[in-house]
Amino acid sequence: MKFARLILANLFRKKVRLILTIGSFAVALFLFTFLAVVKSAFSRGEEIAGADRLVVINRTGLIQVLPLSYDDKIAAIPGVKAVTHNHWFGGVYQDERNFFPQFAIDIENHRKVMTEFKVPDDQWNNFVKDQQGAVVGALLAKRFGWKTGDRIPLKNALYGATKTWEFNIDGIYHNEKPGGDESQFWLQWKYFDENVPPVMKSTAGWYVVKLNSADDAVNVAKAIDEKFANSSNETKTETESAFAAGFAKQLGNIEFLILTIGGVVFFTLLLVTGNTMAISVRERTGELAVLKAIGFSDRAVLFFVLAESLLIALIGGALGLGFAILAIPVVGAALNGLLPPLLLSVSLLALGLVFALLVGAASGLLPGLGAMRLRVVDALRRV
Amino acid sequence: MIRVDGQGSSNSLIQVRGLNKTYRRGGENIQVLQGLNLDVDKGDFVAFMGPSGSGKTTLLNLLGGLDVPTSGTISVDGDEITHMSSSKLTQWRARHVGFVFQMYNLIPVLTAYQNVELPLLLTKLSSADRRKHVETALSVVGLADRMHHYPRQLSGGQEQRVTIARAIVSDPTFLLCDEPTGDLDRKSATEIMLLIEQLVEKHGKTVLMVTHDPVVAARAHITLHLEKGVLVEGSAERLAAMAGGAA
Repeated sequence: MKFARLILANLFRKKVRLILTIGSFAVALFLFTFLAVVKSAFSRGEEIAGADRLVVINRTGLIQVLPLSYDDKIAAIPGVKAVTHNHWFGGVYQDERNFFPQFAIDIENHRKVMTEFKVPDDQWNNFVKDQQGAVVGALLAKRFGWKTGDRIPLKNALYGATKTWEFNIDGIYHNEKPGGDESQFWLQWKYFDENVPPVMKSTAGWYVVKLNSADDAVNVAKAIDEKFANSSNETKTETESAFAAGFAKQLGNIEFLILTIGGVVFFTLLLVTGNTMAISVRERTGELAVLKAIGFSDRAVLFFVLAESLLIALIGGALGLGFAILAIPVVGAALNGLLPPLLLSVSLLALGLVFALLVGAASGLLPGLGAMRLRVVDALRRV
Repeated sequence: MIRVDGQGSSNSLIQVRGLNKTYRRGGENIQVLQGLNLDVDKGDFVAFMGPSGSGKTTLLNLLGGLDVPTSGTISVDGDEITHMSSSKLTQWRARHVGFVFQMYNLIPVLTAYQNVELPLLLTKLSSADRRKHVETALSVVGLADRMHHYPRQLSGGQEQRVTIARAIVSDPTFLLCDEPTGDLDRKSATEIMLLIEQLVEKHGKTVLMVTHDPVVAARAHITLHLEKGVLVEGSAERLAAMAGGAA
């Protein structure tokens, strides 16, 4: 601690340069955190997907439907515990910008397969009894201020003429998996089926299959696809996590993009800070030589330089992370559901701080080693 | 007693024997010091003179443990320093040597007090004890009332006084002064020399000083000239000749 004054005095020697360097750390850390949060949002579906679930879609693509008759045939395949089907609804609430996913669900089997979604029994029973009923995620309800008993109109143009569908909110679900999706809107498949054009009747957008054991995933997937091979609606079956990953990749290789941007940001930061530290040390060659002359060891000099760069990293990093803590919820709200929820975890903050300190140490290391190896006699001659 | 013939007492504070220092410059070996001998007792005040490039500063650096000789030995207060490791030498310097540089070399972002305190940060003294030592050192150099000033707020003479306070604060075995008045006007130079004399006469310090200025050198107990790599005792005629040459 007795060296703190010397370190701080040197740190604040050039205030403008210090502010700019700390600022670059803060911006880099904010960007890192924001990108990591976005990446995490995209990959969350993959991370929390059930290991013992398969998703069956039309081999042609997700927008092609499958016959409802597949339900029983899939259920009969050995290894299958339960099957449920979903259909994309695609309605608009008030404004197209108010996007959220809406699914027509199979009320008989949905809870057997999607076990992480928890709806109080009384609410679920109301939903089952109410053909125009809906169950919404807690996050979605919070977003629009909905509560049970509310009547919600959704405009839909996907199935025939544009029409407003009215729903009663009968229940609100929570996801028992941390970070799990709570932004869906469920309606009854029967109500959906009665109101769509004949061509869409008795169809499912996709099936979700619950397995007896996750070990059966490969065999059951193969069996399902073989069962419907050479039919007019061939299937493509994959694990839920592979399905989620593929869905995220439809938006482009987000992970690669984020890692590339993050890498460039940190490399640039390393160059900026390293250069700043190198200039700072070069300006003080004579002073460092004097410190050595009066008895400060080579290691002490290295410690002073590293302490400065680590302090810059710590202050800049903390500022950037603090800004991220404040800004990410605001950005998430402004995106209005266009992206999955942006969640900033403590582990991500810790990782950001570790990155900042690593960059700080790396940028201070070379100038510090230079200062450590400085020959007092040579340095004093240059003064 | 100061001797340059290698016949001094074994009780000398500083004892230099057969000191050689060779530099390699542009593919050529330049022998700066050639079998130099020196004996300095406690409380002596020695001035080194000689033309530029004669090796005065090299000698000072060797005596202060900042550089290592090509051959020969240097003993200070019984410690043979020429074979010490770099880290041992650093510790030895902290305990035994006080440096006064021509360009002061104060840390500009620290106050006079903080600059003087620097050598004490390497000791186990408490903050209160450090304060006592620093205040005493600054009082000795007459700057007790300027301890919270930064170097930029002090004159050249005052900065050099702070440097001297920094050099004496840890009560080193001897002081090495490299052109302590070289960057000062005559009045300030005289004040600094009075202060150094006071350190020798009143506080019993041992001082070895390099200077180009015969007037400054004349204040030392003895002036030694570096000629062809060895030390020779100065004489009034030689000093006068050098002064004339400088003019």
